[in-house]
Amino acid sequence: MTSLPQPSSKKLGLVIDLDICVGCHACVTSCKEWNTGGHSAPLSDHDPYGADPHGAWLNRVHSYEVDEGDRTGTVHFPRSCLHCETPACVTVCPTGASYKRAEDGIVLVDPDTCIGCKLCSWACPYGAREYDHDDGVMKKCTLCVDRIYNETIPEIDRVPACVRACPTGARAFGDLGDPQSAVSQSVAARGGYGLLERFGYKPVNRYLPPRRKVSAVSEARRDGNSTSAAPAEPRSSIEKLFAWADRALSR
Amino acid sequence: MHPAYSVIVFTTASGAGYGLLFWLGLGHAAGLLPAPTWIFFVAIALSLLLITVGLLSSTLHLGHPERAGRAFSQWRSSWLSREGVGGVAPYVPAGLLALASLAGIESGWTQPLGLLSALGALATVVCTAMIYACLPTIRQWNLALVPVVYLALAAASGALLLACLFAMSGYSPGPVSVLALVSLAGAALAKIAWLKQIDAAGGDWTRRVAPGLAKVSIRQLDPPHTRPNFVMREMGYAIARKHALKLRQIMFAALFAAPALLLVLSLAVPFAAPFMLTAAVVSAGTGLLVERWLFFAEATHVSMLYYGLQRA
Repeated sequence: MTSLPQPSSKKLGLVIDLDICVGCHACVTSCKEWNTGGHSAPLSDHDPYGADPHGAWLNRVHSYEVDEGDRTGTVHFPRSCLHCETPACVTVCPTGASYKRAEDGIVLVDPDTCIGCKLCSWACPYGAREYDHDDGVMKKCTLCVDRIYNETIPEIDRVPACVRACPTGARAFGDLGDPQSAVSQSVAARGGYGLLERFGYKPVNRYLPPRRKVSAVSEARRDGNSTSAAPAEPRSSIEKLFAWADRALSR
Repeated sequence: MHPAYSVIVFTTASGAGYGLLFWLGLGHAAGLLPAPTWIFFVAIALSLLLITVGLLSSTLHLGHPERAGRAFSQWRSSWLSREGVGGVAPYVPAGLLALASLAGIESGWTQPLGLLSALGALATVVCTAMIYACLPTIRQWNLALVPVVYLALAAASGALLLACLFAMSGYSPGPVSVLALVSLAGAALAKIAWLKQIDAAGGDWTRRVAPGLAKVSIRQLDPPHTRPNFVMREMGYAIARKHALKLRQIMFAALFAAPALLLVLSLAVPFAAPFMLTAAVVSAGTGLLVERWLFFAEATHVSMLYYGLQRA
């Protein structure tokens, strides 16, 4: 059924910390590795070792140079399905193969009923769906639905493969419908945001923006001090000693 | 957007078929067509043939054509599903109408069949256009003029086919030629308005807002992959502005100018009408293929902003 279910209170999704992501693509490869054998199997590639390699992958990492006016920086930006609350990719599906789960909000494709018309990929503004030419059906992030509820694997592994693989802890998985969950708390604390919200599809996944860098903070402090009084002199002799050591070591 | 030939053939052939069926059904219901004869049968058969070719062609673009029947199920939410249901439904009244004309039955109950056929054809073309017009991700398609253009072009190509059929079978195509001229003019106006609209708006979405990061500007340092993936191949098809303008000229000449000229000439020189109207059909058909190819090639998709497209 491609009509959307009643909104669930449980909204499983990812929170991706763009401050921490180093763009190593470990999430990309571990996603591919798990899903080419799991729910989405096969996740076929064409000409993988040739001149024109391409294939269906469910997670992609872009690296951007971002200009914020007073400074520029590199941001690594992982992009996958955002498991929208009101996804157009589901409602445009003519067969009911593309659906949103009522119980946890995960958006999935039923590979047995998908006719491979690709209309869902046209409806998605995030480019999150990739067509599998060998399989003739659309593939997308399943939020590792075959891991997170899987009681045959150790409990520590019951998170999406990308989250488990991330060496820097930039990816977190949880219930974004629960304001008390760790992911919701970090979104609230860091000003987490969704992508292209004006489309109105209410993406569940959130991105945590890069923090201001240390140099930016110290520069801002120095700029602030130039207009105010000189810093207070350390009073005790031990403080003077530390101040001297600090200056000497900074030279 | 990648212009898939199967979809181009589907929308143009079935569009002309539904256009022809619309005029036949409407003309029959209003009692304006010549009495049901073999010509009427041939015309309905031709419309159903074009519709069938179009629908079959559309399945070529599916990954699993054998599952196409499933597409009838989600008409509550999906325009593609509605198009499938609407596309097949007119076969019933149109088929009955064709059989009645073949059997030489003339009675009042065939008129509702004509009306049903016309309404079905009209609804189906609207559904076809809405598959595209309902997508906010593609600004060139997400416009009220898209269904208008699809309807006008279906009406024009159908009327042109009917005029040609009449001329070839010895009937005076005069009134139908005028109908074809008027609908061609309407389609040209709608098309011009649509082109103006897509050229004027640069797109609300920019590369800067897509990842939601930059206050000033953003530049892709490293793409996620070295070769184009499905998203780039399907959604990232781009045509050079220069080529698009040249193709637009070809489209206008072949789809509107030449057929209109030939229609006027055929009205002035009735004995040459069969040849002129055949030439008009060939020219308009070619122009229609170019028009539909451009409809896809000139469309930009928001997801390409992640891959460096400036605006969409």
